Amino acid sequence: MTDGAWIMLTGSLVGVSCALVGSFLVLRRLAMLGDAISHSVLLGIVLAFMLTASRNTIPMLIGAGAVGVLTAFLTDILTRQGKLQSDAAIGVTFTWLFAVGVILVSRYASQIDLDVDCVLHGEILYTPFDTVTMGGRGLGPRAVWMLGGVTLLNLIVIGFGYKQFKICAFDPALAATVGVNVTLWHYVLMGLVSLSTVASFESVGAILVVAMLIVPPNTAYLLTDRLSVMIALACFFGVASAIGGYGLAYMIDGSIAAAMAVVSGAFFVLAALLSPSHGLLGRLLGRRVAGGASSGPADVEGPAATFS
Amino acid sequence: MTLGAAVPLAGAAPPWLEFFTVGGVNVRTVTMGCVLIGLSAGVLGCFAFLRKRSLLGDALAHAALPGVCVAFLLAGARDPLIILIGAMAACWVGAISIDLIVNYTRCKEESALGMVLSVFFGLGTLLLTHIQQRGGAGQAGLDRFLFGQAAAMQRDDLTVLIACSVVILVVVAIFYKEFKLLAFDRQFARSLNRPMRAMEVLLATLIVAAVAIGLQAVGVVLMAAMLVTPAAAARYWTHHLGVMLLIAGVFGALSGGAGAYVSYMSAGMPTGPWMVVAASALFGLSLFLAPEQGVLSRWIHHRRFRKRTAEENLLRTLYRFAEEGGPSATGYAPADFQRYRAMTAAVVMKTLGRLAGKGLVEELPGGRFRLTEAGAAHAAGITRRHRLWEAYLSEKLAIAPDHVHDDAEAMEHVLTPELEDRLLETLTETEHDPHDRRIPPPEGTESGSRGQDKRREDR
Repeated sequence: MTDGAWIMLTGSLVGVSCALVGSFLVLRRLAMLGDAISHSVLLGIVLAFMLTASRNTIPMLIGAGAVGVLTAFLTDILTRQGKLQSDAAIGVTFTWLFAVGVILVSRYASQIDLDVDCVLHGEILYTPFDTVTMGGRGLGPRAVWMLGGVTLLNLIVIGFGYKQFKICAFDPALAATVGVNVTLWHYVLMGLVSLSTVASFESVGAILVVAMLIVPPNTAYLLTDRLSVMIALACFFGVASAIGGYGLAYMIDGSIAAAMAVVSGAFFVLAALLSPSHGLLGRLLGRRVAGGASSGPADVEGPAATFS
Repeated sequence: MTLGAAVPLAGAAPPWLEFFTVGGVNVRTVTMGCVLIGLSAGVLGCFAFLRKRSLLGDALAHAALPGVCVAFLLAGARDPLIILIGAMAACWVGAISIDLIVNYTRCKEESALGMVLSVFFGLGTLLLTHIQQRGGAGQAGLDRFLFGQAAAMQRDDLTVLIACSVVILVVVAIFYKEFKLLAFDRQFARSLNRPMRAMEVLLATLIVAAVAIGLQAVGVVLMAAMLVTPAAAARYWTHHLGVMLLIAGVFGALSGGAGAYVSYMSAGMPTGPWMVVAASALFGLSLFLAPEQGVLSRWIHHRRFRKRTAEENLLRTLYRFAEEGGPSATGYAPADFQRYRAMTAAVVMKTLGRLAGKGLVEELPGGRFRLTEAGAAHAAGITRRHRLWEAYLSEKLAIAPDHVHDDAEAMEHVLTPELEDRLLETLTETEHDPHDRRIPPPEGTESGSRGQDKRREDR
């Protein structure tokens, strides 16, 4: 395989693993918690570096996963025990954890081989060169193996708990009454988000993970009302953004990960305009046909009035 | 990133003192800049907080990056004013995009925030790498927008900062009333026919400005913190908006000073993250220690209330004993209480001990207890409230007599004398409760012994 193919495969795996968990985040209205976790895992990664003094994958995954779940937990505690509104609770929690992470990085930057820039931006360009070898044979980039593993884990957990995830996403109160442990599934989801985030970290960087977590599922959300279709579409848009992003970055000679985020945004704008069921264009045309010439001032108010 | 190296050590003063006394132009510039950033972000953060849009600052701070890059591309050099304008313009486009997404698609607000944040940041990074690939002069200066670099603050940076902060604070002071309405009741504000749309735009512009001026010093993510954390901390101390603005401003300024101090004292320490850590520490203190709303204070209140509830419950049980079994010379053993109350033996003993200390019950030989005169009057009052509430539920809300007890069990502890009077005015039957038990008359009209007279009549 060429380097370009490896890069696109890495990006696609990021897209798929993030889209799988991101769909549930978006439906549960926890999109910004995804943002929070993707920032605070920095602390987990730094702590893992400091404790093991190596760039081993497993301690890094564990550390990041733990801090990710801790973020969700602290947010929950602040909301319930501290009586703080949830948006502020998220904001206070993740910025604090992130700040501690940045301080540790700058304090021990010389001892640990970790670059804040790399953590934030990621460098997918170099993934093909960091390969796993076994018995003298190259088995492909390390990132592909890590991301493949996390994607597989996401698939398995979501496959097994699909019913539970679904009912928790749409109606947590109903879920509780029929005996689903809402809290448990919430933290399972948060754990998966943390793992996906940290696995994607090195290749696309912290903030662009957020794009992959939130944008493709929202694009899919505009196109369908069925959960299974939404997840499939989100994965599709994730992969399409990865491949399109590679093309864009190649053309203008810029960061590949950033280009992927931009392309995913472009897909969202297209879907918002052109979606057959929820698109802006379709709604405007439908209104014109239905309202005819006599629509008058109601037309000026537009959908904003219906939604606000 | 550090201040210490840039400052010549003057005299023999210890370094911690030096920060306050000598400092030097650079240190003073940086400290003043951080304090101003903290102050204006703290004040504006309150409005964002009260509108439940705390994460808007986070989204806007990220969205500023493409603007910074475009400004850099156009200006060709790092000019603080042009970069500020670029950042503000991009923040603006971001804010409008969020509004468009929320209003014109089915996507929810937090999704809109997340999408604008990440896609704009992606766009900014793409432009940044593009610039770096072309190798423009001084492009290294752009990197500091991510994490901020307070130590690199120059005189002209500070001038822009001071101007912006003053404008922000003055505008907030002028439009305090309008912003207050906006924060608490937008619907009402609209109905007053004030130009609320313009006020919303103005407030958003101020937030954008605060984010833009803070970016260079504390960086993207940590700027978001300066908007959220001081405001959230201040909320614990007061219910008054003016006081909240003041406290948040002071907390923000303190955090800024602390950040500058730590990075001066310790080489290699970044200013921005320490500002956030200081703000978070203030938040933690507020969370636990604030009167009324703090965790500790609420815990103490809760404990006190539970103790009082337990005491009142036992008093009422004693009253019931007296009502049913007549005056008891021998009193009652703790086990008797446990037949009526779901309390452990230890809690019963502790509560009885407290009641005895207050002179409401007396301990008889053999570890048995009975009401004193004062205790009987107190117990009658509680029973009265309990039964009045039962009568009210049954008479006015037509709730079946066998369903009123549990509710009254809670209300007996919280009914105030005023409410008691209101109940009396409302009710036609104030002598007997729905279970046909006598409602004890108010204190003062009858001594403790009358309860026993009543029972004699019943028989």
